[in-house]
Amino acid sequence: MTEKTALRHRLAERGVDRQLLLLLPALLAVLILFVYPFAYGMGLSFQPDEGGVLGAYKNFFEDAYQRDTIWTTLQLALPAAFLNVAASVPIAYRMRGRFRGKRLLTTVLVVPITLGTVLTAEGLLNFLGPTGWFNRALLNAGLVDAPLRLTNNYWGVFLSLVITGFPFAFLLILSYLSGIDPTLERAAATLGAGWWPRFHRITLPLLAPGLATTFCLTFVLAFSVFPSAILVGDPAGSTRVISIAAYHAAYEAYDYSLASAIAVVMGVVELAVVAAVLGVRSLFYTGSTGGKG
Amino acid sequence: MTWLRIKSVTRRFGGKEALSGLTLDIEQGEFIALLGPSGCGKSTALNCLAGLLPLSEGSIWQDDQRLDTLPPERRGFGMVFQSYALFPHLSVRRNIAFGLQMRRLPRAEVRRRTDEAIKLVRLEEHATKLPGQLSGGQQQRVAIARAVVLEPSLVLMDEPLSNLDAKLRLEMRTEIRRLHQSLGLTTVYVTHDQEEALSMADRLVVLRDGRVQQIGTPEELHTRPANRHVADFMGYRNLLPMKVTAVTPAVVTVEGAGLALQGTAVGTLAAGDEVVAAVRPEDLQVGEGGVPVTVEVVEYQGRELAVEARTSQGTMLHLRAAERPAPGDRISVVADPARVLVFPA
Repeated sequence: MTEKTALRHRLAERGVDRQLLLLLPALLAVLILFVYPFAYGMGLSFQPDEGGVLGAYKNFFEDAYQRDTIWTTLQLALPAAFLNVAASVPIAYRMRGRFRGKRLLTTVLVVPITLGTVLTAEGLLNFLGPTGWFNRALLNAGLVDAPLRLTNNYWGVFLSLVITGFPFAFLLILSYLSGIDPTLERAAATLGAGWWPRFHRITLPLLAPGLATTFCLTFVLAFSVFPSAILVGDPAGSTRVISIAAYHAAYEAYDYSLASAIAVVMGVVELAVVAAVLGVRSLFYTGSTGGKG
Repeated sequence: MTWLRIKSVTRRFGGKEALSGLTLDIEQGEFIALLGPSGCGKSTALNCLAGLLPLSEGSIWQDDQRLDTLPPERRGFGMVFQSYALFPHLSVRRNIAFGLQMRRLPRAEVRRRTDEAIKLVRLEEHATKLPGQLSGGQQQRVAIARAVVLEPSLVLMDEPLSNLDAKLRLEMRTEIRRLHQSLGLTTVYVTHDQEEALSMADRLVVLRDGRVQQIGTPEELHTRPANRHVADFMGYRNLLPMKVTAVTPAVVTVEGAGLALQGTAVGTLAAGDEVVAAVRPEDLQVGEGGVPVTVEVVEYQGRELAVEARTSQGTMLHLRAAERPAPGDRISVVADPARVLVFPA
């Protein structure tokens, strides 16, 4: 009897007790809904109809039309993620305190996240299209001779990624900023630091890990862009992103092996970028920021 | 010689006055304590001085220069925050050097003065550590070093000892006083601890509900509090609502709540006035012919015993006794009229 209690006690010391059973439902869901399909897709990618185990990958990388989708997607996702983070920082920094109308302003900035890509794309087409308000205003003002091409090309998709990605980045950065103790900046002020040294020597270094995380998340979101690449992009040419390539392989060529291989490549590219960013992040201070966050 | 002049400084938050008309002249090298319960406006006053809060009214002058219109970074005051506010991503050395670097001093001088400041607070072994790796007392010393390394014309301290344990608090109290004496820095120190204020400051400013109650030396405040609120804060634990029955130039006689006392009037009083009689527990003694009371609680406090006793009408009295009475004992309590202060209610 005594030995039995002792064993249970020893296990509990290492965090093994009956509460672990609470993890079971979640674990089951992850296994069934994520791990199994992932492993299945992974397996598919190594079983092409011809060409051996790596045949699908060989197909993808040997065909410049397919291979270039990686570069096309990176060209969209990296600048979009970068711009979203860069634009969020000053706005969130300005909004970190309390002021009248803050909630309204936050709502306005965050609303696009609820719109969905399709509505955003429609709005972009109407507003920025060759006969949209924007171009008509420019033409009437005599600023341009011919309408600017801002949709059905790279810029349409880029703008769509910014519109849907910005609220996300903004919310994250706002919460990271409110996690930094505001007394630190006040202390810096009493030590003679003006607003710029206060920002770049105190706030920015403390915010850097948060910026890295935000960049990774918005990048991953942008990298899997699909609807807007078709609706406001040029899906056969300049915005033939990697998810379109996978879609074609799966549902037009019915080559599930190639489609799975493309999906795996997508994941690997995302992982590589995330790893690079987090690698840079580890060079910064990543400890407590003294605030409530 | 007046050096810093605070003229009727007022600060309102949403129409409510957190600080009303603070007027204070500070001499160079003085150690001033702002004392009061939480919410009395003492931190507001300090933040107004530091420039972290704009004034609603009033002005602050240093010699002939108006300060209240300058941003904090141009006032040249050092500040020690209650939470220390050390930069968590910078080492102790770089925390202390921060202000010197902001002044764009030559690298060699920054280095020399930082070294001196580190030595002053005895943190040589910890210079390369991050604040998170230090104990509370060490962080406190970094915060002080960071503020004084700039040799500021005024050091502001916002309850700097409130996060430390009792023993460390006593040590740091002496340390701050020692630094004040050796560097001759003018200091404004905010605290809610009357003992701390009395022991450290040259002059105290007692605040309540945003208003100054009394300004004076520790001795003045301790022996002659200006009103019942200051008395309350200065350890007059027995505050008894009573009525004046007789007034002579030397003593007033007051009655009420089942006891009669003789005391010293603060301000002019006439027979029939409603008053508050204030007595320290240590000034109430067990003795013949006084007020009869029943002992309720006895606490051992080392050199003496703290006793709570109740009069026949139910008024609670706090007193000290040398010998241990038992709860339920009936004793008689007397007080020296000079030590009983009678304030208008």
